[in-house]
Amino acid sequence: MSGQTNTKLIEGATGAWEVVIGMEVHAQVSSEAKLFSGAATGFGAEPNSQVSLVDAAMPGMLPVINRYCVEQAVRTGLGLKARINLRSVFDRKNYFYPDLPAGYQISQYKQPVVGEGEIHIDLAEGETVRVGIERLHLEQDAGKSLHDQHPDFTYVDLNRAGVALMEIVSRPDMRSAEEAAAFLRKMRAILRYLGTCDGNMEAGSMRADVNVSVRRPGAPLGTRCEIKNVNSMRFVAQAIEFEARRQIDVLESGGVVRQETRLFDSRNGETRPMRSKEEAHDYRYFPDPDLLPLVFEQAWVDALEKALPELPDDKKARFMHLGLSGYDSSVLVAEKESADYFEAMVAEGAEPKAAANWLNNEYFGRLNKAGLTISTGPISAKAASAIVQMVSANTISGKIAKDLTDIVWREGGDPRTLVEARGLRQVTDESAIEAAVDAVIAANPDRVEEVKSKPKAAAWFVGQVMKTTGGKANPQVVNAILRRRLNLPE
Amino acid sequence: MARPSDPTRFTLAEAREALLSKAISARELAQAHLDAIAQARPLNAFITETSDHALALAAQSDARIAAGEARLLEGLPLAIKDLFCTAGVRTTAASRILDNFVPTYESTVTRNLWNAGAVLVGKTNLDEFAMGSSNETSYFGPVTNPWRARGRNDDLVPGGSSGGSAAAVAAHLALAATGTDTGGSIRQPAAVTGVVGLKPTYGRCSRWGIIAFASSLDQAGPLTRSVRDAAIMLKAMASIDPKDSTSVDAPAPDYEADLETGIAGLRVGIPQEYRIEGAPAEIYELWSRGAEWLKAQGAEIVEVSLPHTKYALPAYYIVAPAEASSNLARYDGVRYGHRASGVDDLMGLYERTRAEGFGREVKRRIMIGTYVLSAGYYDAYYLRAQKVRTLIARDFEEAFQRCDVMLTPATPCAAFAIGAKTADPVSMYLNDVFTVTVNLAGLPGISVPAGLSHDGLPLGLQIIGKAFDEPAVLRAGRAIERAADFKAAPQAWWRAS
Repeated sequence: MSGQTNTKLIEGATGAWEVVIGMEVHAQVSSEAKLFSGAATGFGAEPNSQVSLVDAAMPGMLPVINRYCVEQAVRTGLGLKARINLRSVFDRKNYFYPDLPAGYQISQYKQPVVGEGEIHIDLAEGETVRVGIERLHLEQDAGKSLHDQHPDFTYVDLNRAGVALMEIVSRPDMRSAEEAAAFLRKMRAILRYLGTCDGNMEAGSMRADVNVSVRRPGAPLGTRCEIKNVNSMRFVAQAIEFEARRQIDVLESGGVVRQETRLFDSRNGETRPMRSKEEAHDYRYFPDPDLLPLVFEQAWVDALEKALPELPDDKKARFMHLGLSGYDSSVLVAEKESADYFEAMVAEGAEPKAAANWLNNEYFGRLNKAGLTISTGPISAKAASAIVQMVSANTISGKIAKDLTDIVWREGGDPRTLVEARGLRQVTDESAIEAAVDAVIAANPDRVEEVKSKPKAAAWFVGQVMKTTGGKANPQVVNAILRRRLNLPE
Repeated sequence: MARPSDPTRFTLAEAREALLSKAISARELAQAHLDAIAQARPLNAFITETSDHALALAAQSDARIAAGEARLLEGLPLAIKDLFCTAGVRTTAASRILDNFVPTYESTVTRNLWNAGAVLVGKTNLDEFAMGSSNETSYFGPVTNPWRARGRNDDLVPGGSSGGSAAAVAAHLALAATGTDTGGSIRQPAAVTGVVGLKPTYGRCSRWGIIAFASSLDQAGPLTRSVRDAAIMLKAMASIDPKDSTSVDAPAPDYEADLETGIAGLRVGIPQEYRIEGAPAEIYELWSRGAEWLKAQGAEIVEVSLPHTKYALPAYYIVAPAEASSNLARYDGVRYGHRASGVDDLMGLYERTRAEGFGREVKRRIMIGTYVLSAGYYDAYYLRAQKVRTLIARDFEEAFQRCDVMLTPATPCAAFAIGAKTADPVSMYLNDVFTVTVNLAGLPGISVPAGLSHDGLPLGLQIIGKAFDEPAVLRAGRAIERAADFKAAPQAWWRAS
C-alpha cells in the first residue's frame, strides 16, 4: 500500500501526519446457549429471565464449556486464514463490578484458541489492503448495569452475562478511517458468511474498540489511545477522525499523548477520557482451575475447514471469472444476501455481467431510497432475472426495462407476462420504425438542416423516435435507419 | 443382629445390616442420633440441625425397607459439612457473608447420598470457607474436640477444616459425615478425633455445589468410624458428573468388595522426607509401628524419596489463597448473602460488605492470594508455586515406580488446646505438613486412627495411593485398622448429667 499512503496523510499545522489504527472486535457467537451455561441468549428478553445459577455465580456453581461455541470460534479462525491452536487455556480476569457476578470474567489470555491470521479489505479505488489478525479468543460477556431506572439505585440485568464473545484483535495495519470502516465491514461479512456471528451492531452483537495513534510518516509508532463504545460503522470513522485530529493538536502544541482509554460520545462526535477509576485495573489473570485446557485433534479442525462455506474473497474471485469487474464483485459479495441474490439471478438464466449491472445500477439504488434491503425488497431474483434476460434478448429496451422494474416493484407479477399483456415488447420491425423515422424527419425540416453541418445533433432524432414509439423501438435499428435517411456515415 | 442399647454405637455397615434385618427402624435410628445431637450442643459440631427433615426422610426409608426397595445407604443418618449446598437447607460455609443463604439446588455429592437413601441429620461446623486447621475460624464459633487429654478438662480443637464433621462422627452424632479436603481438611481432623478420613483422588467426587475454596485442590470425601464405612461412603459419593469439567469420566468401583483381601506383596513406601524437625518422637514411633504392622501382614516395606516435600507447604499457601481470592470475589453483597447497610456508593458496598462478612483468616488468605497474582509478582509466586507443584507430582510418580502405596504420619501432633495457635498462623499452617503434598499431586489419601499420644489423645497414620487407586489405599488402611485395633473412645463429658 506504500504507493497510496500519501493520499491518506493528515495535514497538520506543522506538516503531514500518519494515523495508525488497530481494532479489537467483539463478536457475539451465534449460539442458542451461553459459553459456560445452558441459559438462552435471545436479544430483548425480560431482564434477568435468561440467567442460570452459573451465570449468577451462585456458590458452588461450575462452568462447563459449550462445544458449539468453541466450534464457531475455530470456524471463524479458519475463515480468517488463521492458525488454530490445538491447545488453548481459559483464564480468569479478576475485577469487581455489579454486572460481573463471579468477580471475574472467564477469558483467554496467554493461550488463545486462534493465533495469527489476515483479512483483505477492498477500498473504493479498487485498492486492496491486507490487515493482519493477531489473535481470536473466546470470552464471556458481562451483564448490563442500568443506571436510569431509579434515581437512587442501579439495576443489573444478567441476561447477557456469560454470553459467548469472540474477541478478534487486529494488527495496527490500518492508516485511515476509511480503511478501518472497510475492515469492520469485511469482518462483518466474513462472520455472516460463516454464520458465526450475526454482525448486528444495533443489538450489540458486534462491537469494536479502536486503537488510534499518530506519527510522522516513517517514524516509529506513537502512543495510542483505546476508544471504547464505538457501536456503528459510521461512528468508527467519526471517532477515528476526531481522535487523530485531537492527538495531532496535542503534539503540535508541544504536548504528549497519554496512553489512555477514551469513550466515544456519539452525541457530539467526540472522544473523552474515562475516569482513571474505570481503567485502573490489575486483572490478576490466572488459568481458571474449574476448566480443563481446550485440546483439539488436527483431524477435527481439518473437517471443520473442509465444511466451511465459500467466503467473500473466494466468491469475489469467482464472480470476476464470470466477467464482473473487481468493483462490482466487491459490492455484490459485501453482503451475503446480495451475492446469493445475484447467483439466483444467474441460475435463472441471466447473463452475469447484465445481472450485476442491473443490481448495482438499478436495484440497489431503489432499495436504498426505500429503506429496504435485498432480503426485504419487493422483486424476487427470479423476476429480476427475467427482466435482465429480456433486455439481453432485445425483447425490451433498456428504457422499457426501467419502466418494467417500476411496475414489478409496485405491483409484482411475472415480468414476461407483463411485457406481453401491456405491449412493452421492443419493436424491431423495420418498416414500422421507418415510418416513425420518416414522420419525425418530415415534421422537423430545420433540424434536418442542422444535422447536415452537425452530425451529432442526430441524437435528438433518436430521442424523438423513441418518444413517438413509446420507448418500444429498438434504439440500434432507429439509429441505423436515421443514418441512412439523413445520409450520415454509419 | 442383636439390637444394642444405644443405636449410635453402630458403624455404618452394622446399622445397614440392622435396618435390613429390621432389628431397628430408620426412624428409631434417626431419633437416637437426633437425641445425641441435642445432648452434644456444647461441642458446637453443628451449624444447622435438621431434625424434622431427618425424621421425614427416615419414615420414607422405613417404607422402602418394608417394600424391599432399600438402597445403598437406606435410612442411615449422616452429617454434612456446611460447605455442601443443600436445597432448602441453609448453607453457610461457616461465614457471616452466607449466614442467611438457602440454596435452591443440591450439590452432586449430597444428591448422590440422598438418592442412595441417606438421612440428613444436620450441617456441620467448619473453618470459615474451609480455611483453617482447627475449626477456630468459624463465624459460628469453634468446635470442641470430644476428646480430652488424660486427666485434664481443657477444651481441645477437633482439627480442621472439617472439624464439625470429625467431632460429630467421633461423638457418635452421625454414623458418618462428609468433609472436604483442600490441604488436609478431612485427614487431619480425622486423625486428631480418632476417626477415619478419606480424601479421594482429585476428580473422583464432583465439586458441583460445593462452595469452592481452592478449585484445583478441593475434593470431597467421607469421615467414618471404620475403613469399611469409608469404602461404602465413597462408593455412594462418587459419580461421573458432566456439570464438573474436572471430575473424572470413569465409574467408581465397588470399594467394599476386596477390602478384606489383605496386603500380601503390597509394596509400602516410607518417604524419608516426612521425618521433619520439631515433631514429637511419639509421632515417629507410631509411624515405625505402622510399618511393622503392615510388614507383619505380608507387605514389603521400601524406602522412597520425595525430594521436593519441603516446598509443598509454601507452594500450597500460594496456590490455595490465589484461587480462593478469585473464588470468593462473588461474595459482594449484590445478589445474595450478607450486605452492609447504610452505604451509598459501590466501593463502599463492596468494602463494608466484605469487611463485615469475612473473618480474619479468610481476609488474610484473600490478601495473600491477591498479592501473589498481582502484576509483577505472578511469575515470582504463582508461577513458581505451580512449577513446584509439578515437581511434587513428579516426585510421587517416580516414587510410585518402587511402591504401591506410602505410609506417613497424618499430623505432626495430637489435638491442641483451643486458642493455642491462633496467634501464629504459620504454626497453624504446619499442621498440614504431611497432608498438603497429596492435594498438590491430586492423589488419594486416608487417615486411620492408630494409637494414642502420651496424654491419651488419638493419633493417625496416613496411607497415600496412586491416582484412582483408592482400592489399594483402603486395603492398606484396613490393614492398619486391623493391627491397631483402636478401641479407645472419648468420655461423653458433653452430655448433661
